[in-house]
Amino acid sequence: MAITKRQAAELAKQAFEYAPAPEATDHVRIQPRYGLFVGGRMQEPHSKKRFPTINPATEQKLAEVAEADAVDVGRAVDAADKAFASWSRMAPSRRSRYLFRISRLIQERARELAVVETMDGGKPIKESRDVDVPLSAAHFFYYAGWADKLEWAFPNRRHRPLGVAGQVIPWNFPLLMLSWKIAPALAAGNTVVLKPAETTPLSALLFAEICQQAELPPGVVNIITGAGKTGSLLVSHPGVKKVAFTGSTEVGKLIQRSLAGTGKRLTLELGGKAANIVFEDAPLDQAVEGIVNGIYFNQGHVCCAGSRLLVQESIAKPLLEKLKQRVSTLRLGDPLDKNTDIGAINSKAQLEKIQGLVDSGVEEGAELFQPECKIPERGYWFPPTIFTNVSQSYRIAREEIFGPVLSVLTFRTPAEAVEKANNTPYGLSAGVWTDKGSRILWMAERMRAGVVWANTFNRFDPTSPFGGYKESGYGREGGVHGLLPYLELS
Amino acid sequence: MRGVRSVDEVGADERAASLAKRSIKKSSKLWALDLAIRCMDLTTLEGSDTPGKVAGLCAKAIRPKPGDASIPSVAAICVYPARVADAREHLRGSGVRVASVATAFPSGQSFTSIKVTETEDAVAAGADEVDMVIDRGAFLSGDYHKVYDEIVAVKEACGKAHLKVILETGELGTYDGVRRASILAMAAGADFIKTSTGKIQPAATLPVSLVMMESIRDFMRETGRPVGFKAAGGIRTSKQAIAYLVITYETLGADWMTPDRFRLGASTLLNDVLMQIDKERTGAYQSGDYFTID
Repeated sequence: MAITKRQAAELAKQAFEYAPAPEATDHVRIQPRYGLFVGGRMQEPHSKKRFPTINPATEQKLAEVAEADAVDVGRAVDAADKAFASWSRMAPSRRSRYLFRISRLIQERARELAVVETMDGGKPIKESRDVDVPLSAAHFFYYAGWADKLEWAFPNRRHRPLGVAGQVIPWNFPLLMLSWKIAPALAAGNTVVLKPAETTPLSALLFAEICQQAELPPGVVNIITGAGKTGSLLVSHPGVKKVAFTGSTEVGKLIQRSLAGTGKRLTLELGGKAANIVFEDAPLDQAVEGIVNGIYFNQGHVCCAGSRLLVQESIAKPLLEKLKQRVSTLRLGDPLDKNTDIGAINSKAQLEKIQGLVDSGVEEGAELFQPECKIPERGYWFPPTIFTNVSQSYRIAREEIFGPVLSVLTFRTPAEAVEKANNTPYGLSAGVWTDKGSRILWMAERMRAGVVWANTFNRFDPTSPFGGYKESGYGREGGVHGLLPYLELS
Repeated sequence: MRGVRSVDEVGADERAASLAKRSIKKSSKLWALDLAIRCMDLTTLEGSDTPGKVAGLCAKAIRPKPGDASIPSVAAICVYPARVADAREHLRGSGVRVASVATAFPSGQSFTSIKVTETEDAVAAGADEVDMVIDRGAFLSGDYHKVYDEIVAVKEACGKAHLKVILETGELGTYDGVRRASILAMAAGADFIKTSTGKIQPAATLPVSLVMMESIRDFMRETGRPVGFKAAGGIRTSKQAIAYLVITYETLGADWMTPDRFRLGASTLLNDVLMQIDKERTGAYQSGDYFTID
């Protein structure tokens, strides 16, 4: 197909449009129906009930998954309890070997996991490929290393695993949150029953296959699917000795209330309303990238998202100009396209929640900016949004939106920045942008947030503990700290 | 100059790396490859350059693929001042411009009077464009005035010829330095700012280009004057060339996707681009023997 000179001239006139570059899906086998992974086998649910999981970018059904009832939960906890006897007494170096095996299998099946994660959850393939899956493998590698070195992690202390851990994870980073929960629990010698979110169960079910491939002893990892009811059955089951929950503050409070007096250990990783603070001496172009990464990464479905931009008034104008220009270049669309920056909103319910809060922002008087972007006909989508003229009292400055919506506030002095940043019921993360090293430390000392990023945002590493202050929860995941919730130290 | 806004190295590297991951396929790839040729400064800068070598390169510049009229000519030929007259003769009427390096290329370590005279002579010999180097010795010792004044003097010596100012970023040490030199060169009147001479490693890199383009964007916002960008040195593959186009497009926008504002300086890139165009059109790679080496 030689092009004529005229065609070449026409080509030359066009703008630089990126042709679609979709990741192939033909190598992924999603089964039409899934059971529950209990005692090392996929089992038919006692409930006989199933519900569909859909692709939020196309609204098409991907598979039917089982809805575990009380009997199913009981079976899973029993299987974990039975496995605990031998798993907890196993030579730690052998436990370590299983974890290493799992990490390598995650790496081997990385492409498949990334595609499934994107199809089931709507996040751009570039994120599942470059962030979720590699970090998941890294977490298993990291805790595999600790499994036989616990006495060095906690010198002069005796350590014992707790028993069966009941773990409930959210839909924003399904595989990564699974890894954050399962890797330290197993390294410390516990067994687990894990429930993925009802909208994103597929990567966890794929992980069940990986456990089989790794020949993990039956019952060490059990994966049950279902909605909130299943989760509540799991955390309240008397056989569960430790509960780990990541999700909304609302549900976290319910769990904490229901566990009162049971003696069960609990860690919670809940919502956030992080301040991303830009000082006038900051490297502006990189700060813009950090702001974009902070709030539009994973469509803003990130508990530590930098959803409040606090910018020093003296540079507010040029910064916002740059930010708006940059946001206009974001590419929204097919999450499987390698060039997509913003994928689909995870579910219809979440889309409605985002829309509701954005409406409230407009009503309360904030100024809305949304770049022109083509919204696909099917699926759930929300354009990247910036609110300026926002006051501390507006709902969009106080409530977690969990969507691609940024609220911009200004400040005059560092002290005011600290005051405004901390003036929230949450305290999960914060970002500081400045060229001055001393100011970074000064700010970090004063921020009531579990993570403070300096001149970067949303950077994760298995060696670094992560967790919240105030209504963002308690307990830490990652690092040596991440082992503590899964051990009895004496 | 010390008031110029700083650059965060980690952030700039990260942004450049993320843009390099853009996947350009099919029609957009063909478009990008066509543009890469139209924006190319086909370069030979060797002590061994002869009139014969320049003649061969000129023929290649006008008609990169003999017998295929759909392949456009390159933007310019880039040679040493002593070869400008040869190139001028072979390119007359072709639309391909003659660019000459000047000002004691590549080190820039000479007298301002010599740099000005060299520029005047190159323009008199028929250069449409002059690629000057900045005095890095002066820049690194903090003598920004000297660098500025020299660019102003060379710009004046250029007359109607376009001035590209080579920052030689591989010798500047930091992205802060790159940004400072970019602003300085633009303020002094550069029509283009250019990464490297190609004689020093590292030459052009994506993050350095990003920092320079962000400076161009800020300069445009402040003054309303668009300044062009040229990447040079070490760009040998189509994949690299496309990465530069992507970074230009997403930083400066569609207005910069033209030879008037964007150039790629390269000596061996052209044949790889031709090979990739053939591959896109026919679905198969051709042997290197089907592309002329000039």
